[in-house]
Amino acid sequence: MTMNFGYYPGCSLEGTAKEFDKSLKAVIGKLGVNLQEVQDWACCGSSSAHATNHMLSVALPTHNLLLAKQQGLENVVAPCAACFNRLVVAQHEMATDEKVRAKVEDILERPYNNHLDVLNIIQFFDRVGTDVIKEKVTKTMEHLNAACYYGCLLVRPNDITKFDDAENPEAMERVVEATGAKTVSWNFKTECCGASHSIAHTEIAVKLSKRIIDDAIKHGANVIVVACPMCHSNLDMRQVNMKKQFPNHQEIPVLYLTELIGLALGLDAKALGVDLHFTNAAPVLK
Amino acid sequence: MKIGVFICYCGENIGRTVDCAAVAQAAAKFPGVIHSEDYKYMCSDPGQNLIKQAIREKQLDAIVVGSCSPHMHEKTFRKAAAGAGINPYMVEIANLREHCSWIHDDIPSATKKAIELTRIAVEKVKYNEPLIPIRVPVTKRALVIGGGISGIQAALDIANAGFEVVLVEKEPSIGGHMSQLSETFPTLDCSQCILTPRMVEVYQHPKIKLLTYSEVENVEGFIGNFKVTIRKKARGVKEDLCTGCGLCVQKCPIRKVAKNEFEEGLANRPAMYVPFPQAVPNLPVIDRSVCTYYKSGKCQMCKKVCGRDAVDFEQQDSFVTEDIGSIIVATGYKLYTIDKKPENSPIQGYGEYGYGKYTDVINGLQFERIASASGPTSGEILRPSDSKVPKKVVFIQCVGSRDEAKGFTYCSKICCMYTAKHAMLYKHKVHDGEAYVFYMDIRAGGKMYEEFVRRAIEEDDVKYIRGRVSKIYEEDGKYIVKGEDTIAGMQVIIDADMVVLATAMVAQPEAPKLAQLLGVPYDKYGFLAEVHPKLRPVETSSGGIFLAGACHSPRDIPESVAMASAAAAKALVLFGSDMLEREPVIAKVNAGTCAGCFYCQKVCAYNAIEQKEIKNRAGEVIKVVAYVNEGLCQGCGTCNATCPSKSVELVGFKDEQIFNEICALY
Amino acid sequence: MHHTHKPPFIEELTAITGQDPSQCYQCGKCSAGCPVREFTDEAPNRVVRYVQLGFYEKALTSKTLWLCAGCQTCSSRCPKDFHLAHFMDAMRELALKKGMVEDEKNTVEFHKAFLKQIESYGRTHEVGMVRDYKLHTMDLMKDVDLAPTMFLKGKLSILPHKVKDTKTIKKIFKQK
Repeated sequence: MTMNFGYYPGCSLEGTAKEFDKSLKAVIGKLGVNLQEVQDWACCGSSSAHATNHMLSVALPTHNLLLAKQQGLENVVAPCAACFNRLVVAQHEMATDEKVRAKVEDILERPYNNHLDVLNIIQFFDRVGTDVIKEKVTKTMEHLNAACYYGCLLVRPNDITKFDDAENPEAMERVVEATGAKTVSWNFKTECCGASHSIAHTEIAVKLSKRIIDDAIKHGANVIVVACPMCHSNLDMRQVNMKKQFPNHQEIPVLYLTELIGLALGLDAKALGVDLHFTNAAPVLK
Repeated sequence: MKIGVFICYCGENIGRTVDCAAVAQAAAKFPGVIHSEDYKYMCSDPGQNLIKQAIREKQLDAIVVGSCSPHMHEKTFRKAAAGAGINPYMVEIANLREHCSWIHDDIPSATKKAIELTRIAVEKVKYNEPLIPIRVPVTKRALVIGGGISGIQAALDIANAGFEVVLVEKEPSIGGHMSQLSETFPTLDCSQCILTPRMVEVYQHPKIKLLTYSEVENVEGFIGNFKVTIRKKARGVKEDLCTGCGLCVQKCPIRKVAKNEFEEGLANRPAMYVPFPQAVPNLPVIDRSVCTYYKSGKCQMCKKVCGRDAVDFEQQDSFVTEDIGSIIVATGYKLYTIDKKPENSPIQGYGEYGYGKYTDVINGLQFERIASASGPTSGEILRPSDSKVPKKVVFIQCVGSRDEAKGFTYCSKICCMYTAKHAMLYKHKVHDGEAYVFYMDIRAGGKMYEEFVRRAIEEDDVKYIRGRVSKIYEEDGKYIVKGEDTIAGMQVIIDADMVVLATAMVAQPEAPKLAQLLGVPYDKYGFLAEVHPKLRPVETSSGGIFLAGACHSPRDIPESVAMASAAAAKALVLFGSDMLEREPVIAKVNAGTCAGCFYCQKVCAYNAIEQKEIKNRAGEVIKVVAYVNEGLCQGCGTCNATCPSKSVELVGFKDEQIFNEICALY
Repeated sequence: MHHTHKPPFIEELTAITGQDPSQCYQCGKCSAGCPVREFTDEAPNRVVRYVQLGFYEKALTSKTLWLCAGCQTCSSRCPKDFHLAHFMDAMRELALKKGMVEDEKNTVEFHKAFLKQIESYGRTHEVGMVRDYKLHTMDLMKDVDLAPTMFLKGKLSILPHKVKDTKTIKKIFKQK
């Protein structure tokens, strides 16, 4: 039986995180899942909207939620953690703040009366079933000690995202372990990587990301698994900066959760976009 | 009926927003009112004399006083009326303060409302009847629930006054949390040294019946006349035979099978155990959940070595019923743990401090055991994980307290003091050690308390950092404590060897259940409620039941002891008379019309409705009707409102009185 | 019958994201756990303090507003349930509105460049955004070594993806 989900890729998955999109699409084929893309979706506004204009940060996601609903979707998978966060927070605000809702309805010239199940990528795989993944594994990832990195936007604010635990989440571990990989217990699962400061304040992103990477390695990880394009670019791409700045920097491959699952399902690394990373992922591709 | 009306200004309280003279003038014209006047302070002696004089001179049958809430001065005016020769229940209060002047600011409309309030009180009093207080006998015997320092103090005070006390303690020994403490603030005297004499005194007191390892199972009756059923849990040891020699404990082969509760889990204990060396009574108990005999029927070592044949594996829980006149609740507190709680719990634990996963991140009571000469380290400061001396210790205050997001809104009150004590004790024992205290405010209000904290800072060089800690994590064998000093405006990161969390004092988890059994209200945190926060701080809304110690709210030893003595004094006041007078405002059932549906019984919060058989002349039961126990009924009127056949009336608030009040408004 | 009136600035601030600074009791837990604390000029709790005391300009011109990464660690650990991250959102919005951004122009330009992409195309176009950002900040050499690799890996597309319904997007931006 095919499971159907709505799909909101978000801008990053068309650009810097295209391997996230690529690997997700490759994986679902193997798992008997169908994704239906929200037609003509627009940007969620990301950090820049909520950092500068509150109304914008609610109106843009709501526009997308309405598009999804109009298309008859009952749920929507948002693999990008930032998109997930913006969609969930906007939905919460529309449901709880009458003033905001009135203004947004006024801007969009449409009534808002829906609730959509917005799923992040971990919740998505949880819904698909870890046992289903386990069954389909052809190449066990038992050689991997994975540090599951959640970052900020999946778990915070926890009362709104209602996803796992803000301080010590464990949902990703359950999915990762379905691939045969082991997971490590470490300190910085939900510490910030510097997020959108990557461009305007690269030094901050580099420093914060380096701390996360070092802690993962210290706790025995040989791969970091992420579920967020911003986290990926900071942890993966910024290792280029780290190597320059810190001669002793120890490299560690950073995989999207979808890529790890893809590898376990026997898919080719290239088909998953693993070759698009900045930090060499070869050590994990045994 | 001749009615008098008396309008009080309550100084400015009523007079500022209500034209009292106008109210008195208007009331003079109400049908039935033959006297009406106003006065600045009706509750004062001259005010009361005005009332008495008018009653006598004008032969009044009933009076209405327009004043503050009846909670404040109803008694005063009833006494005044009785002094002038009329029944005290022929007095009604129109609440012109709380219900009118305090909540309005427009004088004409407030005055209009005051007139209406007075009018309806006049209409009600027309239907008042003279009532006689209910008299009930008093059993001069007290029950004290909880054998910590509060319960011990209350029991001793009552017993020393010459009255019998039943002291019930759920643990195998009395002593409570105080017996676990090392030294006490602000004097640093040894806790056990000052407590154990009291424990022994309780045990030896001829007037105290001590029931340890026992719990209150059921409470019936009312003030002066309670019947309390107590469950004596099976110890597996016959109390009358055991001499407390301890051989069974020594020989129990299941040595380190369970966490030692007294040592706060820092040590283990055998299946057969005495909680601590100075336990009272010095009797062992078998932990059936871990004893081999209860699993496989084998072993029986304790039984074999006992020279008195005191071990009884087949012993069952037994029940005793006691006649009690007054109950003192002294069930104490528990310490909050930062562990992750189940999903549906309103309390979620502290993930940022590791959800309790770090061995050397301990709580205050654990530190007490480590610092205590009788503790698992014999008083040497050694951290639990590797028994090494921690050279850098961080103390964090307000964990769970003053935290509405993760814990509780209230301040646990004692942590500022015991943290200062902990840091001090640590520095006294580890001279080259560093002690850091993260605090938000130092609340050292108490005799010599502030001086004590300053001593920790100035003499013992404890570093106080004003700010909360955001995260604790383990790195290379150290605990990294990330805090902020809000005074310096700088982030402070300390690599500690041990962290001591001053976790909140919380109510005993069983407290709400006990409170329901006793009919005592409790707050959302499970702390039992006093009837008035200022003037009746140890009394509860259930007559004859008093509160002592931390079951009411977080408090330290001196406050607990003072409260216990206050509760004892309240019980002794009760025992001072043979008969007790109660308000006659209770429900009455009309047996003739009662259909026996017992909806009233279901809704009664005080278990005051009983079933009574009505028999014919031949002695056959013709119907069963509701009957109100006068001792238990609190006059709340719920039965009255629920009865489908209108067969229950509330004396003093009969339907016709209420209808008349309402009709007066239209 | 007394109603306390809050200062107009507080009313304005609270209207944006619902956070009233008087709720904060200055425990500093936010600052203790702030990942960018070492880069900030003012501890986050002090920014709140300035607002509590009425030093609005001091608060609005703090670099901290723009260094906040929006990670919400502060909010999720706040014992008073004060959502400092939302407070920061509102403060940034006011700082922009009142033209009080002095030091952190880079971050502002980044956000502006980002939002301009959305306004024009409905989606973000990374090449266009970085170009705009660099032109405005004149930080031309930044990440030049990474960009060619990104083109090579197909991560940066030359042409933007444009949504069909740009009308709605324009309206959102106009009326926000």
